[in-house]
Amino acid sequence: MSPHLRKRLVVIGHGMVGHRFVQAAVERGLSETYDIVVLGAESRAAYDRVALTSFFEVGADSLSLLPSGDYEDPRVTLRLGANVAGLDLESRTVTLDDGETVGYDELVLATGSAPFVPPVPGHDLEGAFVYRTIEDLEAIRDAAAGASTGVVIGGGLLGLEAANALRQLGLDTHVVEMNPRLMSAQVDEAGGRILGRHVEKLGLTIHTGVATERIEGGRVEGEERVTGITFAGGETVPLEVVVFSAGVRPRDQLARQAGLVVAERGGVAVDDQLRTSDPHVWAIGECAAHQGRMYGLVAPGYTMAEIAVDALLDGGGTFTGADMSTKLKLLGVDVASFGDAHGTTDGSIDLVFSDAVAGIYKKLVISGDGRHLLGGVLVGDASAYGTLRAMVSSRIELPANPEELILPASSGAPAIALPDEAVVCSCNTVTKGDIEGAVEGGCESAACVTTCTTAGSTCGSCKPQVKKIVEDYFASQGKVVDRSLCEHFAMTRSELFDVVLVHGYRTFDEIVQAHGRGRGCDVCRPVVASVLASQLNGHVLAPGRRTLQDTNDAFLANIQRNGTYSVVPRIPGGEITPEKLIVIGEVARDFGLYTKITGGQRIDLFGARTEQLPAIWKRLVDAGFESGHAYGKALRTVKSCVGSTWCRFGVQDSVAMAIALELRYRGLRSPHKLKGGVSGCARECAEARGKDFGVIATEKGWNLYVGGNGGAVPAHAQLLAGDLDDDQLVRLIDRYLMYYIRTADRLQRTSTWIDSLEGGLDRVREVVVDDALGLGTELEEAMARHVDTYVDEWKATIEDPEKVRRFVSFINAPDTPDPNISFGSTRDQIVPEASTGPVSLGSSIPVGRP
Amino acid sequence: MTAPSTQRLVAICRLDDIDPEGGVAALVGGEVVAVFRTYADEVLALDNYDPFGRASVLSRGIVGTRGDRDVVASPLHKQVFDLRTGVCLDDETVRVAVHPVVVRDGVVHVEIAPA
Repeated sequence: MSPHLRKRLVVIGHGMVGHRFVQAAVERGLSETYDIVVLGAESRAAYDRVALTSFFEVGADSLSLLPSGDYEDPRVTLRLGANVAGLDLESRTVTLDDGETVGYDELVLATGSAPFVPPVPGHDLEGAFVYRTIEDLEAIRDAAAGASTGVVIGGGLLGLEAANALRQLGLDTHVVEMNPRLMSAQVDEAGGRILGRHVEKLGLTIHTGVATERIEGGRVEGEERVTGITFAGGETVPLEVVVFSAGVRPRDQLARQAGLVVAERGGVAVDDQLRTSDPHVWAIGECAAHQGRMYGLVAPGYTMAEIAVDALLDGGGTFTGADMSTKLKLLGVDVASFGDAHGTTDGSIDLVFSDAVAGIYKKLVISGDGRHLLGGVLVGDASAYGTLRAMVSSRIELPANPEELILPASSGAPAIALPDEAVVCSCNTVTKGDIEGAVEGGCESAACVTTCTTAGSTCGSCKPQVKKIVEDYFASQGKVVDRSLCEHFAMTRSELFDVVLVHGYRTFDEIVQAHGRGRGCDVCRPVVASVLASQLNGHVLAPGRRTLQDTNDAFLANIQRNGTYSVVPRIPGGEITPEKLIVIGEVARDFGLYTKITGGQRIDLFGARTEQLPAIWKRLVDAGFESGHAYGKALRTVKSCVGSTWCRFGVQDSVAMAIALELRYRGLRSPHKLKGGVSGCARECAEARGKDFGVIATEKGWNLYVGGNGGAVPAHAQLLAGDLDDDQLVRLIDRYLMYYIRTADRLQRTSTWIDSLEGGLDRVREVVVDDALGLGTELEEAMARHVDTYVDEWKATIEDPEKVRRFVSFINAPDTPDPNISFGSTRDQIVPEASTGPVSLGSSIPVGRP
Repeated sequence: MTAPSTQRLVAICRLDDIDPEGGVAALVGGEVVAVFRTYADEVLALDNYDPFGRASVLSRGIVGTRGDRDVVASPLHKQVFDLRTGVCLDDETVRVAVHPVVVRDGVVHVEIAPA
């Protein structure tokens, strides 16, 4: 097409929707036909207004949707600071406020909406703001400096965002809402109440069901400024900053003046293709009204943008209304609303789960025949949002027990809400009802329940759940829940950690004599050993320490079903030389061990007898191997993909980073075993998000995820911080791991630990990233001590005859193989043979020492 | 050993060879015995075979107390056994054999009935 035949498309407005329109127009080839001119009133290119509140933390640049400031397509011209004053449909021109006119063939209105400021007296005083643009936020920030109290008028979505902003600016913050609850458009009364409680916990003051009479003003430093707010009842709150967030109104003045049809309640009327009453003018986003309705969310605006582009290309797409489902994290609280959230469908039934203590509210709206999900509200835990919303939109038939859709997951959430028939211990098929029955029958501890019901007696992975059910049951009976570690210590692991830290204890005897009773057990002794290891990092087999250790730590190997051990040398990041591979193969062959590649990029050698362990490790240590800590509660592996070295997709060297992290944290003792992963790109081949700490490379650095694990209740890690450089990454992992080690319960994985913290992941972020407790340096120093004092346990063991002396089959026949250990063979390797009872060697074997 | 007695007293090791609150495995007349030393330096012996885990491992368990009883927890599934009676405190229908111990001149002797 020759240039003079090209037409011009003008877009008024460069917000999120205007930007999306241009993107779609370029992608779909509309700029082949049109020169596109975009007129943005703000001085900035489009930015993420949904994330506006994070402006104070991340700055304007990272909110930008067009960081380069311009479109790559030369046929698109972006003009910022361009205020459109008039529109002439007849001549197809728009006039800017400086008098310049711009002609168009097609015009797209994407002017969005403007905050509604209720006409209360005093609304125009200095110190009164709206919450819409980055400029607004900058002005609010300036006003907040030196101020102490702020009020947000409006308790909807944006109002709470604004309140969060004031709170972040250090103001004592009030929220005033005319409706009897917060977020009345999205959540119902009970959900609003729980949300209110969350918000109040953050220190905000909520006034619901109150109208504002006037904003008080007074002379402050020569300026007429806001000084207070008076409610309809007469109550006055003194303040220095007021933010109006009482809803938005479509910016349709330009269209009105030009004579376009507008909807009754505002907004430029559009048909299903987003065309206005003028065939060459289109309207999308919050300035448009489809079937009389304006959509105050970005997602419908994006859909409109796509459909308008399609229409301009003579496509057949139509806009048929939008899903008003929303999910967001507001002040750290998950809030979601989807489908018919308010149950307006005839005959619909509500199914509600509410736990005021945990701050969780979930409501399902179900069709009268009980077969379909129509909508719902989630507050405090919106993890089910994706599934539920999908059930609404695809009309999947509901399961027989729809309540299970909203009952808390068994991991960190209160297990009390599980149905009685839920199987908690799958090894022994013990249900929640059985466990509660045992408690009702007189069990006063999880240990007793395990004895009485066998729940947790086999693989043990459900023990934390059993404990939680018992605790929750007692709590529901109003009894004080005993959080004692065991009968010997009336404190939690975390309290014990602090006690040891404060007093500087170095031995179990000191600790149990000062703070415990009896001589300890298999529960508290390993905990003390782990706590001492975290603080002192001495050898686990040092005198007085060995008898605290579980057998795995005591023998520096992993006990297997027949009493033999498995040996796992460390292979940092999974990288290994052929020479080292050969050594492992030779050791396995020479000692007759079963070999298997582990799930964590290492090689496991099974079937070693206690008396063989030092000889096996001598060979491995001589070849340059270290203990892999596959035993014990410690760092296991940091898994990696091949990263940028070999992979054509890798953007960072994940192997080098994984090796560095594994070497840094090797030997680190923790409440539960720890794993890490580093992926060289977003393809995530290292499955880093299944790890306690997962690192995923980006073009700009590393994203750090925390709280993932496999196990009986798998969990996906969540983003803690993004785009970190190497030093920042290591510093945050240092802090995170140490914070976990100090405060987690015994055998509590990082995922359940995070869930157990008040504030969850946000709390971890406050402490670890924002250093809200000022603990950062201390945690880093603790980790530095660990790193500096690390010694390979196996090397130290084989060099010390006193330690090697323990590795015997029998104290009086050190090298006589235990007759109870026997092997069969499967697939050309040894496997344990089942035992039917103790085996006697007979009295013919000479025994000799002492 | 040829003495015609109904019981045999077998020297196992020196007391110092066993850590306080630790255990060792010993061969006594061909049987595998777990010998434990308590905090009060009392020495007690049980069969080493864990009837729950079906492996010869009790000597490698953690020694401690439950109430005022000296106990060991099996390293496999943590069932707790009374060091004096051999009774499993988590399931009192199960018990392991107890063997008398004599400490003489700092040497631990375990008594075992002939087969």
